Amino acid sequence: MASDAVRVWRRPPILIRDWRWRWGIYAVAVIYLVMAVSSVEVNWARVYEGLERGWRFLQGFLVPDFTSRWNDIRSGLVESLTMTVTSTIVGVLISIPIGIGAARNLAPLPVYLICRSVIAISRSLQEIIVAILFVAMFGFGPFAGFLTLTFATVGFMAKLLAEDIEDIDEGQAEAVRATGASWWQVVNYAVQPQVMPRLIGLSLYRLDINFRESSVIGIVGAGGIGATLNTSIDRYEYDSAGAILLIIIVIVMLAEYSSGFVRKWVQ
Amino acid sequence: MPVQQGSVAIWRKRTNAAQWTLWAGWFALAILFVYSWQVMTQDTIWAFVLDAPEQAADLGGRMFPPRWSYMDRLWWPLWDTLNIATLGTMLGILFAVPVAFAAARNTTPSLYFVRPVALFIIVSSRSINSLIWALLLVAIIGPGILAGIVAIGLRSIGFVAKLLYEAIEEIDQGQVEAVSATGASRAQIIDYAIVPQVLPAFFGISVFRWDINIRESTILGLVGAGGIGLQLQASLNTLAWPQVTLIFVVILATVVVSEWVSAKVREAIS
Repeated sequence: MASDAVRVWRRPPILIRDWRWRWGIYAVAVIYLVMAVSSVEVNWARVYEGLERGWRFLQGFLVPDFTSRWNDIRSGLVESLTMTVTSTIVGVLISIPIGIGAARNLAPLPVYLICRSVIAISRSLQEIIVAILFVAMFGFGPFAGFLTLTFATVGFMAKLLAEDIEDIDEGQAEAVRATGASWWQVVNYAVQPQVMPRLIGLSLYRLDINFRESSVIGIVGAGGIGATLNTSIDRYEYDSAGAILLIIIVIVMLAEYSSGFVRKWVQ
Repeated sequence: MPVQQGSVAIWRKRTNAAQWTLWAGWFALAILFVYSWQVMTQDTIWAFVLDAPEQAADLGGRMFPPRWSYMDRLWWPLWDTLNIATLGTMLGILFAVPVAFAAARNTTPSLYFVRPVALFIIVSSRSINSLIWALLLVAIIGPGILAGIVAIGLRSIGFVAKLLYEAIEEIDQGQVEAVSATGASRAQIIDYAIVPQVLPAFFGISVFRWDINIRESTILGLVGAGGIGLQLQASLNTLAWPQVTLIFVVILATVVVSEWVSAKVREAIS
């Protein structure tokens, strides 16, 4: 390199420093993309036809019709909301012992392994699949939805709670233990106060998720506003569908804002 | 509960008033639960619920053993599923990046007009599940992979944009000042001071979302949006439970593998 040449600063490459790796990864990505895009079959005539419907849906979204299907919407909404509340409460109650059992600093190894596998099973099965099975077992309606959401809540909450318990300040637990406290007293006086704010925050977050999920599992027959939405789209009543979607969005927004507010207040 | 010595309370956690407020709160929650439970179960047919163990046993008997030979017909839908997730993620990212820059306080062109619009896009995209997007899109542009890709893309916009704009808001402002002190334009500031700082977060978020999208794209077929879910729907409709079991196993395996890949990639990035 000539030292008297004008030195020009070059921006270092992003992330992958070695040029062979970089170009190798780029090449693989391009090959994959070409294969993927070429295997997508699109019926453009159908898409073009659909644009008119898309426009009607957009109109339905901008001028929603709340009134003509109000009874269906209301009953779907009530099912969704009650399902959300009950499943969150039951799910959180079940997840507390499992979460404590899945924290390595509180539970002996056999209990730990059992609780961890419960969490793994609950987390790896998707809500929709669980809902399909529960609907087949318990019949159509919000009860199957309630069970599905509870099942999903347990895995979610127990995992986060267990991680939280493992991250607590051991000093406090040791201090309480040094007073001669029993295991229950350690949990009550050293662990619970440390994890409670986050537990409440997570429960509210889960409430929010459960409402969103409750709007989906209705598609496979587990009750809630999803069933109403499915019907209205099947009937091409886009203005009612738009109204339902707007209701879902507004409730989720409200839940998000209020849970953020409550979380700030708790901490 | 006070800590007691004999019958004398020597220490208690809360004052009486705080204790009572707390109890009132829990009581209200219990009432809400009971009320919700009653409203929810008023149409429940308990006979169906009570015979659930028999139904479960019956279902279990039908589901096992899985029909392994059906696997031959699942490879192509599996490839479609992978494509829906990957192309959908890319589509989502394409729209999410400008939305994120419009939503972040320190890069938004206008705090009072553009930012609320961007936030609204994020919230609407996030609050509607990809299955619902797929339901709509199948009605609009017809069944097929394209509906699935667009559905995944629309759902991903909110997720990626939200996490990305939070990352943009948390950058080190010193670097921005340093670059702007050299006389850089607005675009150059974004290019040289902001992008390098959020790039690792951006790749992490994208891979994370890709992993979630694999999970979601496996079921999009239930409403006709392509992928392995189409096979699931067909098998469910014909009550071919051994095939359903095999599809569940395949979905589970796909999800586990994609989670592993995403964890490895994120580990390598950070």
